[in-house]
Amino acid sequence: MNLSPAIVNIGYLVAAVLFILDLKWMTHPKTAVRGNRAGMLAMFIAVFVTLFPSDHSLDYTYILIGVAVGSVIGAVAALRVKMTSMPELVGLFNGFGGAASVLVGASALFAASHALKQDLIEPGMTMLVATVAATLIGSVTFFGSYVAFGKLAEFLAVKWKLYTWQKAIKYGFALATLAGALAYVVPTGMNPYNALTVFSAAIIASIVMMKSDKIPMAGFAKLGFLVLAIVAGVLVARDPHNEHAFWMLVASAGALGVLLTWSIGGADMPVVIALLNSYSGLAAAATGFVIGNNVLIISGSLVGASGIILTMIMCKAMNRSLVNVMFSRMGPTSDTPDADEVYKTVKSTSADEVAMMAETAQRIVIVPGYGMAVAQAQHAVREFGNLVAEKFGAEVEYAIHPVAGRMPGHMNVLLAEADVSYDKLKEMDEINSTIETVDLCIIVGANDVVNPVARTDPKSPIAGMPIINVDKARTVVVIKRSLSPGFAGIPNPLFATDNTMMFFSDAKKAFNELNTAVKET
Amino acid sequence: MGADLIMLLTVFVLAIFVGFEIITKVPPTLHTPLMSGSNAISGITLVGAIVLAGDPRLPDLARILGCVAVALATINVVGGFLVTGRMLHMFKRK
Repeated sequence: MNLSPAIVNIGYLVAAVLFILDLKWMTHPKTAVRGNRAGMLAMFIAVFVTLFPSDHSLDYTYILIGVAVGSVIGAVAALRVKMTSMPELVGLFNGFGGAASVLVGASALFAASHALKQDLIEPGMTMLVATVAATLIGSVTFFGSYVAFGKLAEFLAVKWKLYTWQKAIKYGFALATLAGALAYVVPTGMNPYNALTVFSAAIIASIVMMKSDKIPMAGFAKLGFLVLAIVAGVLVARDPHNEHAFWMLVASAGALGVLLTWSIGGADMPVVIALLNSYSGLAAAATGFVIGNNVLIISGSLVGASGIILTMIMCKAMNRSLVNVMFSRMGPTSDTPDADEVYKTVKSTSADEVAMMAETAQRIVIVPGYGMAVAQAQHAVREFGNLVAEKFGAEVEYAIHPVAGRMPGHMNVLLAEADVSYDKLKEMDEINSTIETVDLCIIVGANDVVNPVARTDPKSPIAGMPIINVDKARTVVVIKRSLSPGFAGIPNPLFATDNTMMFFSDAKKAFNELNTAVKET
Repeated sequence: MGADLIMLLTVFVLAIFVGFEIITKVPPTLHTPLMSGSNAISGITLVGAIVLAGDPRLPDLARILGCVAVALATINVVGGFLVTGRMLHMFKRK
């Protein structure tokens, strides 16, 4: 069966419109499910019309193999992943998108440079520059996403003992990168391009084996690999037959991706995830230029725009520029006050006491942070919320800081999983405008995002960062295992104020105790 | 620069604008589903991969690379839409 070019292009147009509607309907929880279905339909239409091109027939063997393998892996991953592992999964999917773009670029280049078949894909300047762009962005995305995934799944840049599966991925990836480079270089012989390919692969392999997230001369190395990748890209664009330069481009861009993400961790993770999301879209858009296809360009740029906006929102929520997140580290300065001094007047409390406070409170706000995700306390938190609402008649809301957790919207997903109604999930500004009327504010596993120093001390590393002003609530209970600092590495004077009490415990254990105490009241 | 390139660039720039306009309106509650959903959309590379993997006139190497690209893009598409659907079903008003 062959479709006419008009039908194929109308199919692409319909798909593009549906993709736009997908994102448009994503703006409200009520319509979001419909949006997701629109996206599925769009993808189905786009793929369907592609399968029956007008001018020749396709051989479906490779397509079926690829689709079968991909569907099984994708479905198993999507249906089995736990909500607490969502940041890792999103990180991993970004990487697959990047890798797919690299391979489409590679495939198109070989098709174009193949002597006898040059008439099939015109290796014009547009196509070549686009191939280089798709490959460069795709490779940065793939290797960067691997690092983000590894850091979120806690097997990269950590000093503690790893599980067998973590070791298998960690060493397997390093080995595969190096083996992949050598498998290409050894049969094709040694030349300057191949030497640089192996060098880049060796750098990738050695960095991802490191147990520290500090790389000596990182700034210099980033610049070096950026230059290498650009040089390789120019060589490929000038001579598409130069396969050596192409693989050098892949390897040096990969090293750049690893270097860019390696030093970023902890609370900065949402920025990286959003940025890589954007890259995966831009790489897809670039492949659209490679094969001259509008639907790829449109959907790729929608994703690119989406990722960039999320990145900007995350940066704004930390009052830091993207350059600052990417190239500098946060930490205590010489002006940072001594923790022992700050924590002189800390009071601690117990489950029974908090339950009593909840009994008299009319308005309770819970502020979750990454600690809630680590302890998987979301169900116990929701049970507490429901209990005090039913038994004591308190109004319970959840205040969520934009960068709480390890990816944009992380806390919202966890609480939604625990069956908290989405209209109880409040944004920072909404809560801050009425925070003075909150009788009891319970902070679970959050630290920097509720540190009043951001407002009061212009010299602090988090100065100017918008925070949830919990210190203005009538009473504050902080559930935390110890007084250890958060990601910014600075003490939090909130813990020592008159109206704050510390409940030293694991988040899940604390809420289970609280729930028992409330039931007994 | 050819007229074709200008056409493609026009589409690219306009689509970026549309994306900016719409996505600014997505509430923080839906940021994670937005990311996984847009992940699925970026799996549109599948279309490019199919064109290359399925063309019998191309050299084998190009088609095999295309085949791996089909698999990776399909992971994104299938995994992305399914996991987004799973998440969105949890966002309910009680």
